[in-house]
Amino acid sequence: MAKLYSKRKLATPKMLPKKETIRLILQYSCALNIIKVGNMNFENIAN
Amino acid sequence: MAKSQLPDAVLVDKYISGDENALAILVNRHQSKIYGYIYSKVLDRDITEDIFQETFFKVIHTLKSRKYYNEEGKFLSWVLRIASNLIIDKFRSDKKMPMNRDTDELSVFARITDDALNAERKLIKNQVEVDIKTIIEKLPHDQKEVIMMRYYLDMSFKEIADYTGVSVNTTLGRMRYAITNMRKVIEKNKIYLPS
Repeated sequence: MAKLYSKRKLATPKMLPKKETIRLILQYSCALNIIKVGNMNFENIAN
Repeated sequence: MAKSQLPDAVLVDKYISGDENALAILVNRHQSKIYGYIYSKVLDRDITEDIFQETFFKVIHTLKSRKYYNEEGKFLSWVLRIASNLIIDKFRSDKKMPMNRDTDELSVFARITDDALNAERKLIKNQVEVDIKTIIEKLPHDQKEVIMMRYYLDMSFKEIADYTGVSVNTTLGRMRYAITNMRKVIEKNKIYLPS
């Protein structure tokens, strides 16, 4: 019987998030600014 | 040393100091492990994306608030713990409000029930109420008093204790004995009380 060769890799590919998700996380980080005044934190998200 | 080779603790310090690129390196370095971990629990790509995003929002918030105590080699395990807690929250909220999707075999509308009482249910409800009142009447006076005040007058145990002039613990004890005695009466007389 002829051997069957599969192009499919045996190891499962790494699971990765969507690029949009990563972009959103990094954008959120750039936009978020937290200022500590005494015991209080003031959050500011720049548009 | 290239930035991409810096240890996590150093990158976290840099990020807290304002270097946004440090976060990008951390995300890139650990995204596969974190994403894979979340997916292994929830088995849904969309939910995994949401939890992944929410995890890093919390990471960002905590680091920028300077609440994170930077220790060597703990960043990934810390992030995975955040992800794990979010997964648990997700399962809990799903349990309270399960999401049902239409399938070919079963429509969502098949699961929606009409809770309004029809004639049969009204009859059953009235009979159950009569049975319960009959059982309560058989209780000793102090136990009957607690049951009536608690379930028919919606009083708190503190209020019942004040009214009857006993301690809260005594009131609780009377309630417990009342319930136990009611169960005995139900079993003895083989009374059927449908839910």
